[in-house]
Amino acid sequence: MDGDLLLPRPEGLYCPAGDFFIDPMQPVARAVVTHAHGDHARAGSALYHVAAAGGLLMRERLGADAVIHEHDWSERFTLGDTLLSFHPSGHILGAAHVRIEGRGKVAVVSGDYKRDPDPTCVPFEPVPCDVFVTESTFGLPIYRWPPMRKVVEDILAWVEECRERDVPAVLFCYALGKAQRLLAELATRTDRTVHLHGAMLRLVEIYRGVGVRMLPTAAVSDSARGKDFAGELIMAPPSAAGSPWMRRFGKASTGFASGWMQVRGARRRRGYDRGFVVSDHADWPGLLRTVDDCGAKRVYVTHGDGEALIRHLRETGHDAFSLRSLGGVMPESRSSEEGD
Amino acid sequence: MRRFAALFEALDRTSSTSAKRDAMAVYFAEAPAADAAWAVYVLGGGKLKRTATSTELRLALAAGTGYADWLIDDSYQHVGDLAETIALMLPGVEDGGEDVPLHVWMEARLPSLGCLEPAERIELLREWWRPLPREQVFLVNKLLTGSLRVGVSHRLVVQALAQWSNLPTDLIAHRLSGTWKPAADAFAALAGPERGDEHAGERPYPFFLASPLEQDVASLGSVGDWLVEWKWDGIRAQLMRRAGGVLLWSRGEERLDGRFPEIELAAQELPDGCVLDGEILAWTLDEDHPLPFAALQKRIGKLKPGPKLLTDTPVRLMTYDLLEMAGQDLRERPLAERRATLAALVEGRGPTLMVSPAVDAPGWHALATIRGQSRERRTEGLMLKRLDSPYRVGRKRGDWWKWKVDPYTIDAVLLYAQPGHGRRSGLFTDYTFGVWEGDALVPVAKAYSGLDDSEIGQLDRWIRAHTIERFGPVRSVEPTHVFELAFEAIQASGRHKAGVAVRFPRILRWRTDLAIRDADKLDDLRRLASG
Repeated sequence: MDGDLLLPRPEGLYCPAGDFFIDPMQPVARAVVTHAHGDHARAGSALYHVAAAGGLLMRERLGADAVIHEHDWSERFTLGDTLLSFHPSGHILGAAHVRIEGRGKVAVVSGDYKRDPDPTCVPFEPVPCDVFVTESTFGLPIYRWPPMRKVVEDILAWVEECRERDVPAVLFCYALGKAQRLLAELATRTDRTVHLHGAMLRLVEIYRGVGVRMLPTAAVSDSARGKDFAGELIMAPPSAAGSPWMRRFGKASTGFASGWMQVRGARRRRGYDRGFVVSDHADWPGLLRTVDDCGAKRVYVTHGDGEALIRHLRETGHDAFSLRSLGGVMPESRSSEEGD
Repeated sequence: MRRFAALFEALDRTSSTSAKRDAMAVYFAEAPAADAAWAVYVLGGGKLKRTATSTELRLALAAGTGYADWLIDDSYQHVGDLAETIALMLPGVEDGGEDVPLHVWMEARLPSLGCLEPAERIELLREWWRPLPREQVFLVNKLLTGSLRVGVSHRLVVQALAQWSNLPTDLIAHRLSGTWKPAADAFAALAGPERGDEHAGERPYPFFLASPLEQDVASLGSVGDWLVEWKWDGIRAQLMRRAGGVLLWSRGEERLDGRFPEIELAAQELPDGCVLDGEILAWTLDEDHPLPFAALQKRIGKLKPGPKLLTDTPVRLMTYDLLEMAGQDLRERPLAERRATLAALVEGRGPTLMVSPAVDAPGWHALATIRGQSRERRTEGLMLKRLDSPYRVGRKRGDWWKWKVDPYTIDAVLLYAQPGHGRRSGLFTDYTFGVWEGDALVPVAKAYSGLDDSEIGQLDRWIRAHTIERFGPVRSVEPTHVFELAFEAIQASGRHKAGVAVRFPRILRWRTDLAIRDADKLDDLRRLASG
């Protein structure tokens, strides 16, 4: 039905009318990339179209030699028989959803998005369309995000508790997006320096460079040998958990900031001392609200186990399908963990 | 309830036992005694009589949210816990909310549901949930369904009470044993000064529990320092002959009165003021070994066994320790002395009360050979007890060891999977395995444990990608993977499709080196069951 605009292919989601791929997982001739997370932005394609607001991050991910065309928000440009534009999706700095006009209709591919406020990026902008492709990372009604104010209070109370117990507080979170959002949110309540894992340093500097106000930071690697981190807040990517890098913090208390921390079983399974519910994806009310806001006739669901969302949308009067129903084959193995 | 919710969160958050103990001790010191009493009860694993069904909880949730039943089910499958699913799906209140004391929930509110019609019950549940913050919705549901797991052992609760009251842990353990009734004065009495008559009344002594022998048996020193007995496969029980009556307590400290009338009758012959520790076994007169555990199971469920059951499946108490004699607490006396007194007391009183015979062997090597006969004797292996040891409280390593016989093992094929609960919710961790009967694979065992986290993750992804069919939460998968399973016993069973039932099955290894045609045959299992 909509296969002339969107067709799943092994390389990624393909647009036959415009002859380009959206967020391809393998090298292609023309790639349109929604945002800079590793499960969307892959190096190796001949040409990239991206939103200018995320240009620096894309350069970081795609390499110095990549040919990247940057576009302002809402700027129209032509690829094949289609007219394209990028619109903010509120996921991370520069994250976009893509509007594709062609074959007499308008499709919007959302990439990843959220509706909650985030001081590090432009808020989500609903784009009216006929066909809407939505993610569904957190596609069940048990996922409703708590207000950020409360999460910030919880994190600060935890750091305070660690200070009293004289142990470091190591907060694991994704290096791109989540770390900067937390540093910006914490800056409204405190001005204490946060110590960063090496994987976060350049990304934090890029955010700072475009004017995002965050807490002062210091590189863990720059600190003196044998420095005592007791009572300090340290941020690191989840991959650092259990690595030799952690040894310098001794008996640290560990926390993880992620939407998955909503469920007690997931919290306990990961073995972190504390779970903080913070996500850069839409929660269930956010997903439903967005489908309504864009007024699409047909909704295609991708990411995760979208069955519940599809069925619920159908029962509430929407034409909803799995993206797979368009035919073709899509790589299944997208990590739904990245940037959650 | 807010204070208890905070305690629960503190306990749930940490894996450090000392932090847990401190948190409980602080709570006991600060909470009103009426609430603290219920906290002791709940933390120790106590439950209320259930007054609402899961279906009623789901109906109340559906009414409270307007969500379709299937969406509630999908969410439940994902979360793996109904109480939590409800807490996550209801709107909930942001800050503050209502704060009804724990003892009011436990004594008045939750029990009151039992007298209502289902429709009223659902209405009342919704009314209760409405003003509560999320964590209290969760706890109320958990208390209501009796499924609260706090991750503290009974022993740790005892230690926290000892820390709060500044009394020895063994005394606290004894004061809590039996049917401890949670109430403000009972809580205060836990901390009262030690009296001379602590052991009087209906309270059982805390059981001494053996630890599994993991080291080389020869490292235990001379075999002559040890009493060796068979490890009986029955129900651990404490028989109390006091104040003219007979009381029988299970190891879970539940009264077994009336279930085993032949034991109570035989115990009437014992002198007043004695307490015996032993094992209830199903055992017919003309046999020289007990009936399988499955026979005993028929008796466990029966509050008042009928004449036919009493004739077909009579029981005995195999005693092995004497904790009290003539009203005197003997637990500090050496085992050798307690056993000698026990033998003098019990032997010759007829078959219903027996003394567990000592297994004699000149050395550990000979003993290992004897242990090889455990199955023929319908026992689980051997018990090793240090002859000069006192009767201790709880599981203390060093004086009592269980030296179990090696389990049976089979190679079986993964056929079905369903999501687990708690820490494993949302992951496929409950597996059903089958073996060959002709060209078909027949399910023979369910197992939940034995794989490490990375294997669980790997298998979970594989199951999602290779599902053939779904039956509610259960998925059938392409027969591909072979696992080595261990189990303790196997019996013929009319209730199981395969005709055999295995006891305590668990996964030993993922046999990636085997193909499905290498799995075992049902005939081999049947032979084991009949042997």
